[in-house]
Amino acid sequence: MRREPLLGASGLGRAVEGRWLWRGVDIDVAAGERLAVTGPSGSGKTLLLRVLAGLDRPDEGEVQLDGTPQGAWSMPQYRAQVAYLPQRPAMVEGSVEANLRRPFELRLHRGRAFPSERAHAALERLGRDDGFLDQSATELSGGEAQLVALLRVLLIEPRLLLLDEPSASLDDAATAALEALVDDWLSEQPDRAVVWTSHRRSQLARVTEREVALTAPPEAASADA
Amino acid sequence: MNDLAYLPIGPWQLALAALLIVVNVALSLGLRLGMERSLLVASVRMTVQLLLIGLVLEWVFALERPLPILAIALLMSALAGISAVQRTKRRFAGVYWDSLVSVLAAAFLVTGFALVGVVRVRPWYEAQYLIPLLGMVLGNVLNGISLALDRFTEGVAQRRAEVELLLGLGASRWEAAHAIVSDALRVGMIPTINAMMVMGIVSLPGMMTGQILAGASPGDAVRYQVVIMFMIAAATALGAFGVVMLAFVRLFDRRHRLRSERLWAVSRAR
Repeated sequence: MRREPLLGASGLGRAVEGRWLWRGVDIDVAAGERLAVTGPSGSGKTLLLRVLAGLDRPDEGEVQLDGTPQGAWSMPQYRAQVAYLPQRPAMVEGSVEANLRRPFELRLHRGRAFPSERAHAALERLGRDDGFLDQSATELSGGEAQLVALLRVLLIEPRLLLLDEPSASLDDAATAALEALVDDWLSEQPDRAVVWTSHRRSQLARVTEREVALTAPPEAASADA
Repeated sequence: MNDLAYLPIGPWQLALAALLIVVNVALSLGLRLGMERSLLVASVRMTVQLLLIGLVLEWVFALERPLPILAIALLMSALAGISAVQRTKRRFAGVYWDSLVSVLAAAFLVTGFALVGVVRVRPWYEAQYLIPLLGMVLGNVLNGISLALDRFTEGVAQRRAEVELLLGLGASRWEAAHAIVSDALRVGMIPTINAMMVMGIVSLPGMMTGQILAGASPGDAVRYQVVIMFMIAAATALGAFGVVMLAFVRLFDRRHRLRSERLWAVSRAR
C-alpha cells in the first residue's frame, strides 16, 4: 500500500546566473523513509535542501508538506516540522545549554517546556557529561558544534530532518553517535523521515535506503530568468 | 556704530579667518600627511557652499509664500536622504527611496510639531524659523539614518548564518532579525544621546552660541536649544526606525526568508 508522502516536490527547478542548476526534480519522502540526495559537488544539493526547508525559493515547481503547498503554510510552522541542518551550523553566543534552549524562546514554541531530560539523555548517548552544557558554544570544535546543532533541532521534534553533510567534520566515533541519534529519533515516531547528503558513499549506504540523484540539465536548456 | 545687535563680518575679515587653515596645511606638510589637497578643496567647498546658501536664504527669507519655502525644505530633505545612503557600505534596490521616505517623514513630522505646537510660529512657514530648525533636524537625522542603515545591512550580511539558524528553527522574520534591528537602532541613536549627555558641560552647541552672538539673551538661547535637542532626538529615532523597518521588509520577505542576494557591497563608500 502506498503511503501518503510526508513531503512532496514536483518539477522543482532552480537557475543560478541564468543557467539551470537542476530542473524537473521530483521528490517524495514518505513517513519512515530515509532518503539520500546525491550528486557531484557543485550540483546544488545544499540549495535543494534549502528549497525544501523553505529558506530559498525555487524558480519552478512546488513543494508540499502533508499535501499542502509550502506557500499555504505559515513558514515558521512549516520550518519547525521540516528542519534543515546546514553543513556548518551557527551557534548563538552563550553556553551549549543556552543554544539548546534558544528555540524554546521563539513565539512558535512558547508554552512548550524545554525537554531537559531528553537533552541529558541524548548528551549521555553522545558520551558527553553535564559539564559540556556549560561550555561556550562558540568555542566548540566543528564536530562538537555539529552534534549540538543536531540535538538542538531534534529537541523541537520536527517530522522531517534535512541533513546537509552532517558528518563532514566528524571523526568515526562522533559519526556513529550522530547516526545513532538520528536513528533513535526516527524510530520514536512512525511519521518521521530523514533526507541526507554526504560525500561518503559508505555512509549513505548505511543510513539511507533510496536515492535521488541530481544531474545538471543539458547546456541547451538555459534559463530565461 | 551700527544698529545691529552684533558686529558684522566683512570680506577682509573672512580672508583673515581663512588664514587659520594655514595651521592645518603646515601640519600636513610637516608630518607628510598628504592632506593639503583635500584640506584646500574642503575649505573652498565649505566657503563657497555657505556663501551661496547665504544668498539663497536671503532670497527665501524675502518670500512670504509657503510653496517656495516648502520646495526648498523638500530639496534639503532630499539631499539629506541621498547623502545618508552614500555613507553606507552595502546597498539594495530601493535604498534611496527608503532613506528619502524616512528622512521626509521624520523631519517633517517633528519640525511641523515644533513649529506649530511648541514655538507657535505665525505663519507656520515663516522661513526664519522653518529653515534653520529643519536644517538642524536634517543634519542629525542624516547621521542617524546612515549609521542605523549601515549597521543593519552589515549585520544582515555578517550574521546571515545566525539569522537562518533562527528561521530554520521556526522563528518569524521579525524574531530572526530582532537582534540586528535593535543593534542598528542603538547605534543610530548613540550620537544623539551622547550629545545630550554632555551638552552645556563639554560642548556649547552651535545654534545656541549663534543666537547669543546675534544678541539673544543666554536664557532664551538655552530654551531654544532644549527644544531643538528634543526635536533632534525624536526625529533621529523616527528616521532610524523608519529606514531600518523599510530595509527589513526588503531584505526579509513575507515567506520569512532572508533575501541576502538582494544586498550588494559598494567598493568605495564615501
